[in-house]
Amino acid sequence: MTAALGKDLVGLEYLSRDQIQLILDTAEPFKEVSERPIKKVPALRGKTIVNLFFEASTRTRISFEFAEKRLSADTVNVASQGSSVQKGETLVDTAKNLEAMRIDMVVIRHGASGAAQFLGSRIRSNVINAGDGKHEHPTQGLLDLLTLRDRLGRLEGIKVAICGDVLHSRVARSNIWGLLKLGAEVGICGPATLLPRNIQDLGVTVLPRIEDAIQWADALNILRLQLERMQAGFIPSLREYNRVFGVTTERLAKAPKDLVILHPGPVNRGVEIDSDVADGPHSVILPQVTNGVAVRMAVLYLLAGGSPDWAQAAGKGEEH
Amino acid sequence: MSGILIRGGRVIDPARRLDEIADVLLLEGRVEAIGRNMGMPTGVMVVDATGQVVAPGLIDLHVHLREPGQEDLETVATGALAAAAGGFSAVCAMPNTDPVCDNQGVVGFMKAQAQRAGKARVYPIGAISLGQKGQQLAEFGELVGAGAVAVSDDGKPVVSSHLMRTALEYARTFGIPVADHCEEPTLSAGGVMHEGIVSTRLGLKGIPAAAEEIMVARDLLLAELTGGHIHLCHMSTRGSVDLIRRAKDRGIRVTAEACPHHFALTHEACEGYDTNAKMSPPLREPEDREAIRQGLKDGTIDVIATDHAPHHYDAKEREFDDAPNGIIGLETALGLAITELVKTGLLSLAELVERMSSGPARIFGLPGGTLAPGAPADVTVFDPDAEWTVHPQEFYSRSRNTPFGGRRLTGRANVTIVRGQVAYQRPD
Repeated sequence: MTAALGKDLVGLEYLSRDQIQLILDTAEPFKEVSERPIKKVPALRGKTIVNLFFEASTRTRISFEFAEKRLSADTVNVASQGSSVQKGETLVDTAKNLEAMRIDMVVIRHGASGAAQFLGSRIRSNVINAGDGKHEHPTQGLLDLLTLRDRLGRLEGIKVAICGDVLHSRVARSNIWGLLKLGAEVGICGPATLLPRNIQDLGVTVLPRIEDAIQWADALNILRLQLERMQAGFIPSLREYNRVFGVTTERLAKAPKDLVILHPGPVNRGVEIDSDVADGPHSVILPQVTNGVAVRMAVLYLLAGGSPDWAQAAGKGEEH
Repeated sequence: MSGILIRGGRVIDPARRLDEIADVLLLEGRVEAIGRNMGMPTGVMVVDATGQVVAPGLIDLHVHLREPGQEDLETVATGALAAAAGGFSAVCAMPNTDPVCDNQGVVGFMKAQAQRAGKARVYPIGAISLGQKGQQLAEFGELVGAGAVAVSDDGKPVVSSHLMRTALEYARTFGIPVADHCEEPTLSAGGVMHEGIVSTRLGLKGIPAAAEEIMVARDLLLAELTGGHIHLCHMSTRGSVDLIRRAKDRGIRVTAEACPHHFALTHEACEGYDTNAKMSPPLREPEDREAIRQGLKDGTIDVIATDHAPHHYDAKEREFDDAPNGIIGLETALGLAITELVKTGLLSLAELVERMSSGPARIFGLPGGTLAPGAPADVTVFDPDAEWTVHPQEFYSRSRNTPFGGRRLTGRANVTIVRGQVAYQRPD
């Protein structure tokens, strides 16, 4: 039943080019569902999905929930606040208890790298990684790919620079794997303190300065800089970060072409990106969010055993 | 007359450069004689060692027995039995117990527990500082008087260079080594594996090799300053091996150990977030593993030690970040050493016995390590060609945390004799 993607979606590192392509293609018909007055298809009717969020999240959790509801699944949200997790229950115990209530899928967000894989190997339900520590955030990577494909018409051969705190970023890792597998070139740009060891061995180009990235790229994926990185001593100050690595209108004016601007959100205006860039004509930050729902619908649908042909039918609202 | 005659084995005693087929007669807890076609005194038990190696009992300078304090993980008795089953006739127990082994009372308790168990000998290692807190020096004199053979703050690196200097100086009075877990804590803080391409891919915080090497360099300088004997635990990086090699050339009193997992595995074992590959110091890169092997070959690294670290299965059954460090090693060490070092042609069997028996005895000043007449009757009989599969559920240790489950190994101990008594004999 789950042959198309396997049982779980843990990361894009573990998917083939064809599987990633399949998700993106399956997302296309689901885009239209969200544009209808009645935003619902019956594809996951009767399926029970738990959204297990051990870290605060607004955008990703809501996006998954919309995706689930628009596919007619029954959903339950479990946040770490007020749950048994606070009482010291282990992750595996929490999951096994949920499964004892006979669920079909778990969407998990967790602060520890590897948490989704850990869970997936210990329960029968499908597990979807909604971000695990500094490891991967595969649906974010997929929605970035879909948005880039929408805007540039292809992924093969395009140059995408991922800028900022790559060291602590699960978004960066999912983007690197997804882009490389689909034939794009990937550049990495940020202060050396925030670039992971041996990152070039993944097949990416390290661009030391933001000016280099702007000269090189077709698109910039600008990562959020967490305030705590300054407190931990990785950078001297947010002000200096903006001065040296901020994506500003002035810097973009020197680009040889118009660059597509992506950001996984939430945006720190005036830190990693200036407001007029984030709100400017080449920003796809809001289309990313829109595509997030479609991509997550596609992932849920495929993991539940849906076939790509049916997705076309589901997108047209036909019963099957 | 109580005694054991070990017949027809290949007797290897590196301390005396002996390597020949012979019989070994043990009487009254001592080695009585080695020779051919020895007559059999009455009342003596016979062990047939044909096709096997007869060596002085193996000695492990670095184990954690968890007693007192965490007896659900291991006890002195289960650890001493696991040791004997792995071919070890003696182990040195680290002081990170609860209460900490920083006083003569705990040392005496561990000795008494070991005597009660009657398996491998257990030599306690005392703490350097009270409570392993890195502040006030423990009473080395009383620790040694009660039976401690070395001092160490174990997994709590001695951050204060002044304390380490003092410990090295003060330990000279008692002729004991100071053993250090080399880790610069501000560089390793939060790290859960080696910093490299694998940690980058897995999104786990890495510990750079420099975190170990900085402390190795410091300890070597302090050993030079004080003339004290520094023993460097579980060396894991090529840089450390290089530093030790140069220090030995300069005549600094340094000895060093390496663990089977550091010569058998690399950081790639952490793939899939396998918490049984999480340890401190972490598994490193292939180049580091190769340097450790070469260090064992040329003697830069003196001995093989296990860092046997029992943990409950559900402590390892969790997120990688939250799992405790360490694996058990007593029952896999000999097989790993033969498989990875001897069968690959790196070490001869005599060199292996040196690194696992006479070497450890020499550097910590322990009884045993030789089969010279009059030496303690501590003997390991092992089959260097026996092929077996690691089944953790069959371990005598109370814990099961090993990354080597299911692995095929060559070589294992069949009989371990301690004080002239059979402490372990493998069932047929």
